[in-house]
Amino acid sequence: METALVGFIALYIVMLAAFTGIEIIGRVPAILHTPLMSGSNFVHGIVVVGALYALLNAANPAQQIIGFVGVLLGAGNAAGGYVVTKRMLEMFKSSGGGGHK
Amino acid sequence: MTPKLVIDATDFAAALLFILGLKRMSSPVTARNGIVVAGWGVLVATLASFLYAFGVRPEAQAHLGMNLALGILALAIGVVWAWWSGLKVPMTAMPQMVALYNGMGGGAAACIAAVELSAGEALTPARMIPALIGALIGAVSLSGSLIAWAKLDGKINKTLHLKGQQAINSLVLAATAAVGLYIILATGGRSTPALSASFFVGALVFGVLMTLPIGGADMPVVISLYNAFTGLAVAIEGYVLQKPVLVIAGVVVGAAGSLLTLLMARAMNRSVSNVLFSRFGAVAGSGAEVTGTMKPVEASDAAVNMRYASRVLIIPGYGLAVAQAQYKLYEFVKLLQAAGVEVKFAVHPVAGRMPGHMDVLLAEAGVPYDLMKELDEINDEFASTDVALVIGANDVVNPAARTDKTSPIYGMPILNADHAHQVYVIKRGQGKGYSGVENELFFADNCNMVYGDAQAVLVKFIAAVKELG
Repeated sequence: METALVGFIALYIVMLAAFTGIEIIGRVPAILHTPLMSGSNFVHGIVVVGALYALLNAANPAQQIIGFVGVLLGAGNAAGGYVVTKRMLEMFKSSGGGGHK
Repeated sequence: MTPKLVIDATDFAAALLFILGLKRMSSPVTARNGIVVAGWGVLVATLASFLYAFGVRPEAQAHLGMNLALGILALAIGVVWAWWSGLKVPMTAMPQMVALYNGMGGGAAACIAAVELSAGEALTPARMIPALIGALIGAVSLSGSLIAWAKLDGKINKTLHLKGQQAINSLVLAATAAVGLYIILATGGRSTPALSASFFVGALVFGVLMTLPIGGADMPVVISLYNAFTGLAVAIEGYVLQKPVLVIAGVVVGAAGSLLTLLMARAMNRSVSNVLFSRFGAVAGSGAEVTGTMKPVEASDAAVNMRYASRVLIIPGYGLAVAQAQYKLYEFVKLLQAAGVEVKFAVHPVAGRMPGHMDVLLAEAGVPYDLMKELDEINDEFASTDVALVIGANDVVNPAARTDKTSPIYGMPILNADHAHQVYVIKRGQGKGYSGVENELFFADNCNMVYGDAQAVLVKFIAAVKELG
């Protein structure tokens, strides 16, 4: 892979992403902290993409088994995180009726 | 368009969608849409990653058909199981479910590292070192989250505390790190299965040992911390795989999770290391003796008083959810509102078993979110409030946190229920709170106790108000 995610470039990305995370989350009101946590839990479910890469490149049964487990776990993380977050957020309504668009 | 370009473009789109989605989560008005936006990000990136099939390592070429089938099967099983379990989990059990999903993410990150370590080619230290660090964090997050899940789910209900627990934990961690160092320094980039396996076992055992001694009420901090751990592990494995989208998603989650962990710990008046490494109350004193008596009152009298009040603030605690009384509570609140009483909910940040859990439980019962107030925005309003109604909460309304320097909860941010003209506390009996501290509020002149199960008391409240017509 020739993507140049090396040395300082990687550090810059980490720094900017960390500030992005803190800035976004710092503004979330406390009433939404549970959906927020399960929502961010869902976002790291993107790990399934890495697990798929590992599985597709597996060259022996051991790698295939580990890769399979990795994809299984990652898919569970993503799908589960999505469903519970959506369920929770759908319950938050304002007294004006409905409220969420 | 080469497959590689498509993958890079979708990864970029996914990273953008994550940040937009999380940003929308900062308001209850847009939050629901936020998760859908982030959802598209994961979906698109996952589908695009099948394009990796066009550029696999030469030695994997022969297995490609099998690997593709395995990938689709694993995705199908994982998605179907998680979707189904996520749909049926009750809201009270949400913390353990989030812990479980989170552990799975950590496990996936550890699996990526395991595959990398067993690759035929020799790994340079620049890949080997992050792979191992990510594996360690991911594996700790996996086993630790599983223990947290089991504890919150009541599958383990003892708090296990071995003699010399900290020494054992340090030893296990040191041994695991030593194996890691050996793999880096002495194998020339080719770890053996035995070495890799002992490394992973060590990391998993450490996660178990670290989580077992932590009590159920400290779980908000622990779940939040492991969420940050998984984010970090994903980011590091993303670096190993040279996948920027994993790095960005992982770091954003890791930073957000760390921030939430600190917020939680502060709201519990404890440092994160105190939560992880010592038992609550092990050091601090038990606080001053409280003299006086608790004054009981009939449920109907309390209800009538609230019906004729102009402002009522309700302080719900986890006991309310345990009694599944939030529906009855909202029914009562609607009766008060119909009688012209202004009612709001004052929610402490650590009410429930994860940050914001109480708000979710209230929302489930139909309470509009604009009635749920945070500690900072509501605390000044108690002085102008006729009745503060405390249900299933204890330590979070103990005035000793403000005044008594010998109390273990001194310094903890509390809701100033004692400033209200009249306080009613619904409580099963005269027991102490989680901290084991007597609550001064219950003995105060302006406080009366309504003894009984929250559900039963609220039924009486409703009946009393309805009788007035």
